[in-house]
Amino acid sequence: MTAETIHIEFQVEGGNFSRAGYPSSEVKKRLKQLNVDGSVIKRTVVALYEAEVNIVAHAYRGLISVDIDEHKILIRLTDEGPGIPDIKKAMEIGYSTATPEVREMGFGAGMGLSNMNSNADRLEITSKVGQGTTVEIVNFFHK
Amino acid sequence: MNVSQLAGLLGLRVFGGETGLGNEINGGYTSDLLSDVMGHANAGCVWVTLQTHKNVLAIASLKELAAVVIVKGYQPEPDMLEQSSIEGIPVLGTSEEAFEITGKIYQLLNG
Ligand SMILES: Nc1ncnc2c1ncn2[C@@H]1O[C@H](COP(=O)(O)OP(=O)(O)OP(=O)(O)O)[C@@H](O)[C@H]1O
Ligand SMILES: [Mg+2]
Repeated sequence: MTAETIHIEFQVEGGNFSRAGYPSSEVKKRLKQLNVDGSVIKRTVVALYEAEVNIVAHAYRGLISVDIDEHKILIRLTDEGPGIPDIKKAMEIGYSTATPEVREMGFGAGMGLSNMNSNADRLEITSKVGQGTTVEIVNFFHK
Repeated sequence: MNVSQLAGLLGLRVFGGETGLGNEINGGYTSDLLSDVMGHANAGCVWVTLQTHKNVLAIASLKELAAVVIVKGYQPEPDMLEQSSIEGIPVLGTSEEAFEITGKIYQLLNG
């Protein structure tokens, strides 16, 4: 593998589910091109998808910034939104504030943060109520 | 068993994604909760669900699922169908309920 680094950014629009999954699918392609281990790609895609959909479902707009070097992928998602008052509670499986419309689509099971937690080597969430949320995901290519 | 064989044996309707009919099936997952599937379905599974929108295909593609089976005679929305051909992941349909079709798929794969 070369020492080349890759930087990609994506805009995310709150409420627009029709584009959800695009960043994950782009990142998946890039990681495949770089011959990253398949299980790392799978984990990364799950964590990124859940984090992206959380912006779509719960926030107003956001930015995803992805940095890939020879050892790891670092994904930072920052959004403008309501923020998360109690992150520990939000992490519990089954806790969700999703609207009825969002639940009708099959989102809102309260499992996304738990999926992110089990598919990221490092997960950091910081949030300011009334301002927004930042999620940082790191996955390493070699254990 | 591949998707085409499964569809033939169970009389499933093929709505779209025909280029993926040769996808090999190695299991199944039945759920209408997208994060549940995201977290727990394995590559090569058929996904049985009553959801009929495009995000189903986004998840099926990211998880490299073999096919989606829509139950109870529901029809896929047009953008779900479109995504199905783009991704080459077949969307199949049955008039049966999730319990029944899941049981039949299980028997075919494990019988
Ligand atoms: N970016 C965010 N902005 C504001 N609130 C958020 C954000 N991400 C998560 N939350 C809060 O945390 C809760 C739990 O999130 P989680 O992803 O686990 O479940 P969900 O999104 O409600 O449902 P699922 O992910 O299963 O479809 C959300 O319902 C919401 O209240
Ligand atoms: Mg979520």
